[in-house]
Amino acid sequence: MTLKDLKPGQEGTVIGIGEKGPMRRRIMDMGVTPGVLVKVVKVAPLGDPIEVNIRGYELSLRKDEAKQIEVK
Amino acid sequence: MSYVIALAGNPNCGKTTLFNELTGSKQHVGNWPGVTVDKKEGTYKKNKEISILDLPGTYSLSPYSAEEIIARDYIVKEKPDAVINIVDATSIERNLYLTLQIAETEIPMIVALNMMDEVAQRGDSIDYNKLSKSLGVPVVPITARSGKGLNELMEVAATVVKNKTVNKPIDVFDENIKNAVQEVKAVLKEEREEDKDWKALKIVEGDEIITATLSDSQKSVIEGIIKEAEKAADGDTEAKIADLRYQFIAKLVKQAVKKANKGYSETRSDKLDKILTNRILALPIFAVVMYILFACTFSENFLFIPGLPSPGIWLAGLVETAWGTLSGALEGFLVGAGASDWLLGLVIGGIMDGIGAVAGFLPLVLVLFLLLSFLEDSGYMARIAFVMDRIFRRFGLSGRSFIPLLMGFGCSVPALMASRTLESDKDRKITMMITPFMSCGAKLPIYAMFAVTLFADQNQTMIVFSIYMLGLIVAILSSFILNKFVFNGEASNFIMELPQYRLPTIKSVLIHAWEKVKGFAIKAGTIIFGSTILIWLLSNFNFGGMCDMEESFLASIGNAIKIIFAPLGFADWRASVGVVTGWIAKENIVATFGQLYAGINDEAAIEAISAGEQALPQISNVFTNVSAYSYMAFNLLCMPCFAAVGAIRREMGSIKWTLRAVGFQMLVAYIVALIINVVGNIIF
Repeated sequence: MTLKDLKPGQEGTVIGIGEKGPMRRRIMDMGVTPGVLVKVVKVAPLGDPIEVNIRGYELSLRKDEAKQIEVK
Repeated sequence: MSYVIALAGNPNCGKTTLFNELTGSKQHVGNWPGVTVDKKEGTYKKNKEISILDLPGTYSLSPYSAEEIIARDYIVKEKPDAVINIVDATSIERNLYLTLQIAETEIPMIVALNMMDEVAQRGDSIDYNKLSKSLGVPVVPITARSGKGLNELMEVAATVVKNKTVNKPIDVFDENIKNAVQEVKAVLKEEREEDKDWKALKIVEGDEIITATLSDSQKSVIEGIIKEAEKAADGDTEAKIADLRYQFIAKLVKQAVKKANKGYSETRSDKLDKILTNRILALPIFAVVMYILFACTFSENFLFIPGLPSPGIWLAGLVETAWGTLSGALEGFLVGAGASDWLLGLVIGGIMDGIGAVAGFLPLVLVLFLLLSFLEDSGYMARIAFVMDRIFRRFGLSGRSFIPLLMGFGCSVPALMASRTLESDKDRKITMMITPFMSCGAKLPIYAMFAVTLFADQNQTMIVFSIYMLGLIVAILSSFILNKFVFNGEASNFIMELPQYRLPTIKSVLIHAWEKVKGFAIKAGTIIFGSTILIWLLSNFNFGGMCDMEESFLASIGNAIKIIFAPLGFADWRASVGVVTGWIAKENIVATFGQLYAGINDEAAIEAISAGEQALPQISNVFTNVSAYSYMAFNLLCMPCFAAVGAIRREMGSIKWTLRAVGFQMLVAYIVALIINVVGNIIF
């Protein structure tokens, strides 16, 4: 399951993040690392991007990016 | 003792507020070379010997965004005497990630724990002694908005600078990483001792920029070390290092931060956000905010009251009237003193009008930036990107591009300056290159003149509307092309923070707007002033001295270059002169046409033509419907007025990129006008 599959209000624990590269690096720099708890807060009015709560702050990312984050 | 302190921190951590509080009005805003990123410097208002430099806001020191590269190059290469790292105490976990990375550079540093008022409001508490002990650097609690704790912060900073206190290395990584770093360090023989630790860690992290500085023999040795390390780190040292940093932070935060309310609790900001980004309400609210932004700056019928000017237009009118009066008085004085024609022309038509051209834009820039700084500081700007991303990403733009593009319909000058609110250097550059394609208010008189004269039998509104649409379509296509072929390979992402909503401080909003006005007046002013005088000289002189425009240098230039426009359908010297005078201000084309085609010098008649109340029949001998449309399209898309070029120069921070933008616009204008002329002549 990926972060993209979670509905607003649902939580998950990150277990892995996509392929090496600037994008993954950026995701990890923002605190999305294995073992961290994420909660989907909402989806943007036009259906994309999404907003998640992580490490006590609100992070937004596109569904394409959320798709690369594996959660359980 | 004079020294330099750099401020580093995440975006939205209150860094700019702190900078404003420390420097007051004594600051200078420029550009980091080659990129569209602000460089802010100032002196501490309580001690002029302390220089303070505001580094761009970054989440990390990875070498991916322009901001990150600037911040880390400055810290590592320029080596300020100390770094104050501002940490937003309300989202301390993510903020401390940058803290660890700055600590890795082994620069003297102080952590300023900001937003302590909000922490107290939530009933939370932070044990900063514990933080300080664990990080090995001084930690000072502050509230930048109210100025609380700033004296103490600067005192601690002075001590750190004096003693050159460098933190002890923090024990963040596991044995495997530590060993790899030690082994890489042994290979870096030539490096300065103080740089070795940091460089070695970056190399183990897979940092491409640092790795590229190594010699081939070093690279091959290091490759082996990294392969060994990867095996022990589940094949991924980069992820392991980021992970270990966050593990360290999570543990530290658990020990040092006491939360009153465990788990997720809804703040006032969250409640506000539920409305502002609500599925149904978000877009209408956005539309209203955008309307207010546009109307306050440009509207001539403010709040739908006919004839009531908006604050921006009202102020611009005031400046114009004041300048006109001054100019008139000066003219009267010069005439009375018996000044010659050329001196009168130079002072009034050249210098005074040149300065007037710059001054007239200042109110628009001021009003727009008062509003924009409010949106930015309040946190709503980030939501605009969140709400509009879906639409704009298709064109390779950010949701925030909406603001410069919308403002472009009013005036390109403030619109171009608004591009600074975009997230990435690439987005900012592309947006600046296409913003002038939005048809600004000054271009409307050109369309009015042609519509009334040549399209009298057609639906004139549709003709004018189609020109506006053409600009929009060309802008979208250009963005597509620029993204694909000019900025290829630059990954775009939308991984960003949605900061807490906060009420901006009046001081920050005022300082920001003032900086924009000052920056435009100085940087753009020289370009506008210089080129206005140049065009004045060209259009009033020939080798024999002062003359009418028909015999001027400009007329000769028009004759020489008209052949270039033959494929576009208007190989007429007067039309060429119009293009050039249009660069001073696009509406000048109407006055130039009036004078050159019909000998009209009467201001009232020119105004009537500009407003579409009167035709200029003489141009129908030269222009056909197709070539008139091609001419309108060319002037819509080609280089904008000098004021806008000045704004591009100010924001790009680079002559090279300014020339690229102008070159691109000229090329696009030529191609589009050519297509219109060729296809138009086949159809009609």
